Amino acid sequence: MSRGGRFWPVAVVLVITLSLEVAPLPGPMEYWRAPWVALAVIYWSMRQPGRYGVGTAWAIGLVLDVLKGTVLGEHALMLAIVAFLTIKFCQRLRVFPIWQQTAAVGAIAAVYVLIGVWIDGMTGDVEGGLLRLLPIFSAILVWPPLRWVSNRLITPLVEA
Amino acid sequence: MFLRGPSLGTRVILLGIFSVLLMYLDHREDHLGAFRNALSVAVYPVRVAVDLPSRGLGWMAETVSSRDRLLDENRRLREERLQFLARLQRMEALQAENTRLRALLDSTPRLADRVLVANILSVDLDPFQHRLVIDKGSSDGAYIGQAMLDADGIVGQITRVEPYSSEAILISDPSHATPIEVNRNGLRTIALGTGDSSRVILPFLPNNADIQIDDLLVSSGLGGAFPPGYPVGRVVEIERLPGEPFARVIAEPTGALNREREVLLVWHRAARAPAEDPESPSPAPDEPESQAPQRVGTE
Repeated sequence: MSRGGRFWPVAVVLVITLSLEVAPLPGPMEYWRAPWVALAVIYWSMRQPGRYGVGTAWAIGLVLDVLKGTVLGEHALMLAIVAFLTIKFCQRLRVFPIWQQTAAVGAIAAVYVLIGVWIDGMTGDVEGGLLRLLPIFSAILVWPPLRWVSNRLITPLVEA
Repeated sequence: MFLRGPSLGTRVILLGIFSVLLMYLDHREDHLGAFRNALSVAVYPVRVAVDLPSRGLGWMAETVSSRDRLLDENRRLREERLQFLARLQRMEALQAENTRLRALLDSTPRLADRVLVANILSVDLDPFQHRLVIDKGSSDGAYIGQAMLDADGIVGQITRVEPYSSEAILISDPSHATPIEVNRNGLRTIALGTGDSSRVILPFLPNNADIQIDDLLVSSGLGGAFPPGYPVGRVVEIERLPGEPFARVIAEPTGALNREREVLLVWHRAARAPAEDPESPSPAPDEPESQAPQRVGTE
């Protein structure tokens, strides 16, 4: 399937985002950790919905579950839904102006975070209260520069 | 996008059902250990890579730190070592005496504990839970429920074992309870984590319980998870509430829960340490030394 371009830049991005998900952050910064893998899934399923769909997102979620030590299937479900929402609204998202697109990404990140809180609540205790919602704002803050970097650096590598 | 096979919505629903099934099997039934182990081997490099920068920083700090500081540290360590060796001599005598007295009382002798040093990987799992990843797994003989200590006391226990790494829960995690006793009078109770790594609470002590500020709390060994007699915390606050059945007692963990880079894994159950002969009077002295080269090797 050569239509999608090269595979390795996507894999490298995946490993980097997986590392960012568990990299140590100083003090209260860790509450602000952006959902990096979810953002990557949004990006790739927005650009190449035919190649990186819900199945890929689900498999990545399983790896993330093992990495973070959560219940197997938790992040898999979260990421599959993220990919689904992105692909469903993909055509619209791509032509949105950047601020509107960022708002849409924030909404998807909110769904991602809330499903996570919900599953945590089903399988154990939910600690932290409203602090849990901070990653949504990190996602909104991080998305515009992330999209800029990805469009200029990574997509040319994939499509070259 | 011309999707082949089932439509997008169908696929999400199928994956969702499959996820829920997975979560059920993993959380309620605990059937997926082998699958998780296989995946964890693939994930291990990521954990190590994430740990590299902080390890590199530590190495840099050691390399560029001044000669004076190193000399200072060296001198301090040598003094500490002398003190500990002196204390150890007395300890051996006491241990022998203890074994003899226990034999007189016809009670089973206490097993000496075998220990192994493990490094904590700087991997942040979840800011709302007190869990960490260490670099020893089932290939080193670690097991679920194994107690984890540092130089000053009990730190936590292992909750999940993978081939080359393990996940552990700290005693300060809100879902962790440690069976303890007051060292002064043997009063037994349970210490619960609070989510704050500098305190644990003792919620089940009645108002008239004999407990004082600065009492040392040690593990009681009940429940079998922790070896008995290791320090857990020190009481820092007691509030006796006349209207309530229980007093509010808060203790500060003696172990450095959020500062250590290394922890000790302890084997203390007879079934887990077949190499040790329970009848031999003092198997302890050679054990730490046999572990010493291994420790150098892991760094």
